[in-house]
Amino acid sequence: MSEFDDLYREVILDHYKSPRHYGRLERPDGEAEGQNPLCGDELSISVAYAGDTISDIRFEGRGCAISQAATSMLTELVIGRGIAEVAAMSKDELLAEIGIPLTPVRLKCALLGLGVLKVALHRSAGTPLPEEWANLGQDLELR
Amino acid sequence: MGASRVTKTAQGPLTGEGVAATRPTLDAHRQRADFAYLEELVNGKPLAYLDSAASTQKPRQVLDALREFYEHSYANVHRGVYRLAERATEAFEGAREKARAFVNASSTREIVFTRNATEALNLVAYAWGLDNLRPGDLVVVTELEHHSNFVPWQYVAQRQGAGFRYIPIDDSGELQLDALERIASEGRVKVVATNLVSNSLGTINPVEKLGAWAHEQGAIMVVDAAQAAPHRPIDVQALGCDFLALSSHKLCGPSGIGVLWGRQELLEGMAPFNLGGEMIRKVTLERTTWNELPHKFEAGTPAIAEAVGFGAALDYISAVGLEAIERHEHELTAYTLGRLGELPWIETYGPPAERHAGIVSFNVEGVHPHDVAQILDWEGVAVRAGHHCTQPLMARLGVAATTRASFYLYTLPEEIDRLVDGLHKVKQHLG
Repeated sequence: MSEFDDLYREVILDHYKSPRHYGRLERPDGEAEGQNPLCGDELSISVAYAGDTISDIRFEGRGCAISQAATSMLTELVIGRGIAEVAAMSKDELLAEIGIPLTPVRLKCALLGLGVLKVALHRSAGTPLPEEWANLGQDLELR
Repeated sequence: MGASRVTKTAQGPLTGEGVAATRPTLDAHRQRADFAYLEELVNGKPLAYLDSAASTQKPRQVLDALREFYEHSYANVHRGVYRLAERATEAFEGAREKARAFVNASSTREIVFTRNATEALNLVAYAWGLDNLRPGDLVVVTELEHHSNFVPWQYVAQRQGAGFRYIPIDDSGELQLDALERIASEGRVKVVATNLVSNSLGTINPVEKLGAWAHEQGAIMVVDAAQAAPHRPIDVQALGCDFLALSSHKLCGPSGIGVLWGRQELLEGMAPFNLGGEMIRKVTLERTTWNELPHKFEAGTPAIAEAVGFGAALDYISAVGLEAIERHEHELTAYTLGRLGELPWIETYGPPAERHAGIVSFNVEGVHPHDVAQILDWEGVAVRAGHHCTQPLMARLGVAATTRASFYLYTLPEEIDRLVDGLHKVKQHLG
């Protein structure tokens, strides 16, 4: 496997070219958007709840392959899971799913979607925004 | 070092005196022998370093000068009475003289050492702007400005209640000078600030014209030469500006040192910027008086060895020849624009080659610049991707970012070929 394939593994390219759950929910229970000013990545995420679980999710955005593919992968990870559980989900779980080593600059791209989702959950369901995201949130200029 | 490496090739027509006009050229292959970074392999491939606009690599002559100075002449400067301190001061002030000659200033009193071009521009914005700008005044920058010559002026203008305007660019990234009349009708123009060469697009700006217009308005002309000074001869007297800033690390020297050149009468009239040791004449409990130029603006222990290394870098690039460097980069730029122009899925930005310095910004259709840069990195090609500290310009171009390749005296056309090969891989995988 060449380094190229190693970095942009087929699965990442696949998610980048055919993003899952792309778009915006018509009647979302929660929404947030965020950007990474370093490279201009932009994302918006809308979620719907069924009781205590995330029943549906959509994302829209533009930016680098890592940010868009990672968010697409994230949507598959969280559908059907508890709101509180996702709000507490570690960065490592998503990074393991992405599965390739990332430099610090690219790490911000990869984690943008998770940060935006946590802000959406925090705003709509009152889940805590954990400490580790507080700093990241500043970096990412989440709004 | 140096002079022996310069080759003069007679290619021009005979002049009236019957003397062959010479066009200075450089042999990049020979220059490369001075740069150890070329021994680095990236991903098993030789490194094609195409990010010299961000910072240049350093030749061994500069590294040797730093080591030599630290080992044999190092002490703090200016006040020591012992031999070593004298030697250090001599080397430090020698670098100032080299900087004076490099920009053709009339006196070393006009050469203020700063940390970099950014600090030099902040110095002018604060030390001149806070005392000279008031409501009704206008500060005029360009849509092409690096944040370092944009944000300090925006900030100081706002603090002083002065207006802030910009000269717009046209679609090829060149300043629209017909906007000047409108701008002048909107207030008293007190500052015109521009770069000589755009760090994002490579546009070479008409500083002489702008300077003449600025002076007609009674304004000062401030020039950011960070991207110009390493690549073409600079003559502050011919440019007709009032302040000019440059950075050492972009011209083969160490980081941490730069220069503000300013007209002596303006510098003399300005309040200090940083205060503390070295910049004083006399301190009492009641009041402090300022040291003479340029020391008034150099509080604290300066970047001593860095200044000496900067001097060595000026020697190095002067020996290669600024005209030769300019010509070499012009050829590389024309070649790059030509090769990228053959690819319909690449959009390049900036003026045509004849008014375009050695910086080429582009985008690959449908691919984010970070992904472009990442894939090129695996091919051993180092380029920059991002907004290049020119967010207003990116907004004007309607893009979040661009990929940027930039050249210097060690860049080879073969490295441009590797860039183009890498871009084909980008297109194949992500396009």
